[in-house]
Amino acid sequence: MPTTNGLDAGLVPGATDAELYDWLADMVLIRVFEETADGLALRGRIPGGMHPAIGQEAVAVGIARALRADDVVAGTHRSHHHALAKQLPPAAVLAELYGKATGTNGGRGGSMHLADFDLGLWGTNGIVGAGLGIALGAALGASVRCTDQVAVGLFGDGGANTGRVWEFVNLAAIWRLPLIVACENNLYAVETASKSVTGGNSIAERAAAFGMPAQQVDGQDIVEVHRAVRAAADRARAGDGPTFLEFLTYRYKGHNSGEVIRYRTEDEVTQWRTSRDPVERFSALLTNSGVLTPEDLTRIADDARAVVDAAVAFAEESPWPDPSTAAENVSAWSNRDGSVR
Amino acid sequence: MSSATEPRPKAVATYSTAFQEGMREEMDRDPTVFVLGTDIYDRGGHFSQVKGLGERFGHERIRDTPISEAAMVASGVGAALNGTRPVVDLNFLDFAFGAMDELVNQAAKIRYMWGRPVPLVVRATAGVAQGGAQHNNSLQAWLMNTPGLAVVFPSRPWDVKGLIKSALRGSDPVVFMMHKLLTGARGPVGGPDELVPIGSARIARPGSDVTVITYGYGVVVADDAATALAGEGIQVEVIDLRTLAPLDVTTLVEAVKRTGRALVLDEAPALSGPAAEIATTLSDHAFWYLDQPVVRLTAAHSPIPHSPPLVDGLLPNVGQVIDAVRRLALARGPSQSSVS
Ligand SMILES: Cc1ncc(C[n+]2csc(CCOP(=O)(O)OP(=O)(O)O)c2C)c(N)n1
Ligand SMILES: [Mg+2]
Repeated sequence: MPTTNGLDAGLVPGATDAELYDWLADMVLIRVFEETADGLALRGRIPGGMHPAIGQEAVAVGIARALRADDVVAGTHRSHHHALAKQLPPAAVLAELYGKATGTNGGRGGSMHLADFDLGLWGTNGIVGAGLGIALGAALGASVRCTDQVAVGLFGDGGANTGRVWEFVNLAAIWRLPLIVACENNLYAVETASKSVTGGNSIAERAAAFGMPAQQVDGQDIVEVHRAVRAAADRARAGDGPTFLEFLTYRYKGHNSGEVIRYRTEDEVTQWRTSRDPVERFSALLTNSGVLTPEDLTRIADDARAVVDAAVAFAEESPWPDPSTAAENVSAWSNRDGSVR
Repeated sequence: MSSATEPRPKAVATYSTAFQEGMREEMDRDPTVFVLGTDIYDRGGHFSQVKGLGERFGHERIRDTPISEAAMVASGVGAALNGTRPVVDLNFLDFAFGAMDELVNQAAKIRYMWGRPVPLVVRATAGVAQGGAQHNNSLQAWLMNTPGLAVVFPSRPWDVKGLIKSALRGSDPVVFMMHKLLTGARGPVGGPDELVPIGSARIARPGSDVTVITYGYGVVVADDAATALAGEGIQVEVIDLRTLAPLDVTTLVEAVKRTGRALVLDEAPALSGPAAEIATTLSDHAFWYLDQPVVRLTAAHSPIPHSPPLVDGLLPNVGQVIDAVRRLALARGPSQSSVS
């Protein structure tokens, strides 16, 4: 039997104290990584910039920690939190943002296109709504091969207004695929307040009309996120089909690094930061319940800082990819001698 | 009304404010012109291309949309059929993939099938720059291959303004491509009624030895190469296509009649792309005036990666243009003629 945590039985079913420590450590790592990367982007170190996920840590870690190692996650343009939650090495992720040869994808992907199939990250995606489609297909593959895997497809509140998302949802519903449809509703799509361009009461309500369980989840509470995803994964593995989860969350920074924010009030940001911050809340929960000591919190913060500092040094010092390789590995069909491209 | 011959100080604009100016003047002139797209009312678009027009024309005519590309183009098509002149702003042209049916199977074919014009403009930022594989497609190749679509791709503020005016006074769908790397480029712009006709190329730089045919950001690259080559005594003519469909065959053929040597510079892949079409057009219409085979200098056949050195490894740069033009200028007879 694993050592049970200090929380009430059932609050985080099956999670050991050591695991809860890791959850928090992952969230803190994401926070420090994103703060640092955002600063680097502002200093021009990250070609093309990035979309910071600060504030959305609990969604990523809650999802990743509720899955099995062979499950699949497919993400969006706001991607680093999911990549780190799926245990992609921070140094390789940062090197990828830099465009270095040592990056997770050799510099070919960049911030929006991180992938590590072995770790279950089936790509983050530059096209709004597209990651959910890949997860849908992964769920179909799992269903055809009876592998017992579950796939999670992510998209945002903005993505919820693309037609493709609802084609994917419908197909998952009629084929009862092991898919978790995961909307990160952070209220905005670039500068557009999603409520101003979204019909109906809620995104989850739309999904319910396709005949699948659909609920809103507090995305700033990792325990809630984990609970919802674990239940959805259990359903999927039992052959009961897809579940729709709308995570209510918030991004503290602009859409992309350096964006001038004129479309929301400082007040709103402060409210989310002070009363619902996912890292603060989980830290408080774990210390109040005696799972972690204040010293643990310090160690977690120090470790994250050290890992991120090392990642920066690694990314800075890594070599660039060889330009002469740029057109390699486009298609295996093109490798025949004498063929035109 | 201002006349083109009247001497007056030329107004200067950037590539994107030229679009804004053209839109503002046309919206003042024609109340049926309106814009729809994401983040356009407050922000004025991701490239400031309609900045300030929200306040001036209101929410009905500067319409914010959700991220719903198919619905955006579809509503533009239907509204164009019903007496308005919509400008659908797709932000990046890469997002047109989600609206390809609306653009290619609907907008482009309605005049042909049903005899009704579709005065629709689809504006989008395009071209190869940062952003990785999914934001750097060279869709011009696909779109110019679609009967029924006009495709424009200006390289300077003057043509941006003149071409958007022509598009908004025409009757058929126009895909209006604007290069990422030119967003802030400055230059003169014309007045309210100075139009640049769709389907007309221009001589961006006169020269007698070799003609470089290009468009968009390629014009900047070609001009830099031409300046360097002028120092060696090689006079390079640069043709800026401005419109990819319909192609201005006359201007291209006349250029080759003058120089006998042509290089097509393109950041799209060669296969079935604009450069392929231009080379073939010259073979069809100017074969007997060519002293050497037409040279194509294009991007490699590859998606565009994220890493800057990898991007550079795929695209023709100024140095490569200089080398290729020099070889073409000096080539005699068949032996040295194939440059790739
Ligand atoms: C099909 C498509 N349309 C438009 C874009 C441009 N774009 C990138 S992110 C974004 C906003 C997405 O908002 P949301 O889905 O809420 O995700 P968030 O940025 O809030 O994480 C837009 C419009 C795109 N990448 N793909
Ligand atoms: Mg959002």
